Amino acid sequence: MSTEAASLPRAAAPPRPGVWAGLWEGHALPVVVVSLLIVALWYVGAVAMNADLQRSAFENAGQKTWTTAELVAGTLAQERPRLPAPHQVAEELWKTVVDTAPTSKRSLVYHAGITLSATVLGFLFGSVLGILLAVLIVHVRSLERSLMPWIVASQTIPIVALAPMIVIILNQLDVTGVVPKAAIAAYLSFFPVTVGMVKGLRSPDPLQLDLMRTYSASRLQTFLALRVPSSVPFLFASLKVGVAAALVGTVVAELTQSADGGFGARLLAGSYYGQTVQIWAALFAAALCACLLIAVVAFADRIVLRRMGYTR
Amino acid sequence: MPELVEARMTTTPPQARPEASGRAPVISARDLSLTYETADGPVHALSHIDLDIRPGEFVSLIGPSGCGKTTLLRVIADLETATGGEITVNGVSPHDARLKRSYGYVFQAPALYPWRTIARNVALPLEIMGFSKAEREERVGRNLDLVNLKGFERKFPWQLSGGMQQRASIARALSFDPDLLLMDEPFGALDEIVRDKLNEQLLRLWDVTGKTVVFVTHSIPEAVFLSTRIVVMSPRPGRIHDIIPCDFPRDRTLEIRETQGFIDIANRVRHGLREGHSYVD
Repeated sequence: MSTEAASLPRAAAPPRPGVWAGLWEGHALPVVVVSLLIVALWYVGAVAMNADLQRSAFENAGQKTWTTAELVAGTLAQERPRLPAPHQVAEELWKTVVDTAPTSKRSLVYHAGITLSATVLGFLFGSVLGILLAVLIVHVRSLERSLMPWIVASQTIPIVALAPMIVIILNQLDVTGVVPKAAIAAYLSFFPVTVGMVKGLRSPDPLQLDLMRTYSASRLQTFLALRVPSSVPFLFASLKVGVAAALVGTVVAELTQSADGGFGARLLAGSYYGQTVQIWAALFAAALCACLLIAVVAFADRIVLRRMGYTR
Repeated sequence: MPELVEARMTTTPPQARPEASGRAPVISARDLSLTYETADGPVHALSHIDLDIRPGEFVSLIGPSGCGKTTLLRVIADLETATGGEITVNGVSPHDARLKRSYGYVFQAPALYPWRTIARNVALPLEIMGFSKAEREERVGRNLDLVNLKGFERKFPWQLSGGMQQRASIARALSFDPDLLLMDEPFGALDEIVRDKLNEQLLRLWDVTGKTVVFVTHSIPEAVFLSTRIVVMSPRPGRIHDIIPCDFPRDRTLEIRETQGFIDIANRVRHGLREGHSYVD
């Protein structure tokens, strides 16, 4: 995976253009076009969805006639719109991220801290668990048949149904705070890691395995010198999926354990009070956090694969 | 085998001094066969193989695909198990010989581990076998020198050409200094110019180290140029059709290929291959 991505652009252009020119020629244009298109569609949607509300608002205010311009302007400036406009979400994000002290419960930075700590903890738990399960499955043949169906089944249960039960059971056992949320994050993030690592640990080709056999290497030596390094690219691909899943798990757990705060709690509060702008701001903040986490994993991926000589 | 029996009786037991006795075979196969059971019925990959290979010999196995030459090499290496007959490597079963690390194996592809530098690839068997760090470094340097790869220690495999990669894999097989070298079409994927060069290098290496080499190939000039004996094999069932001695001076160069002696042996190999090949299927 990494080799393709890395070799393609290098092979082509011999004289390197400036960074910005390169970006523009490469990806920047399509990215900008698609983003603008989405924002435009969003505005159209906001006007369409909020128009009814706005008409009744005009009527309630005793205003009998209104121009289209007034209507459009109104739909994009409501306090509790069905679909808030992009600039309203951006304003809310600015207000709750920059203008509010990070210690305040109204700050999204505060809630991001809560969500991220549970996410990272759960992700680490889940990754370790996922790797251990994969190692077991690869080395004990019977475990593939006996364990794998349960692992797959575990992911078919809707996490929204399962999360409250896990939180309640753990609370009964006096396990509170970050751990129940991390447990649910781990529950979602171990699966891609297991699947990816099973594949990765089995990726050495017969020739590479025969080579170890000619040295009469032990199973442990073959594992450490061949299977583990072969699995590294697979591991990072799974970790990227796993870290995003961990964030989703944490947010779902926070819907149940909302007293502690976090993006989930923020979403829940927003929906209680019809604060759609707040909901959308929290959603965007959560998505940005997921992007950030994936970027961190991708960065580690690049560093490690380059040092291992996988990337050219 | 009257002379072999005699040699065994007059000298010390071959197991005790396998190299010194000179005639005790490194590899000895008697009525060896290997049959795969497949859905379409049994496949006779090897059938009634009798072969002795003595220390210091360079023996080529040549034949069309499906004649079992690679299979025979893999049986010697204990990568496959024979289903009939007997085979010993250094006087013991292939399995025990493998556990004693008595051979270096060079595969068709270099099979270098992409995450290891060239030096660390060559060091791989040394790490597995528990050589000290100082010993590893010394051996890696010496063997990379031997295959003309000095200066490429810190490169990754993809930074080297195919021929260089295969040379690195030969250095890797030599690094732990096995007396027996098993080579499975090591130059098959390379172009003729590179192949000629590597053939000369391999020959010099064999001359210097005095190792026993079993070499699988499907190239007649390569077999005649390199070998002290050529084993011509034929398919269905995989069997030995002819064994041709080939006694050129040890310090021969590629020019020998233009001599009449060379052409005669090459012709004999070619005839053997033609006779052995059945066109009925």
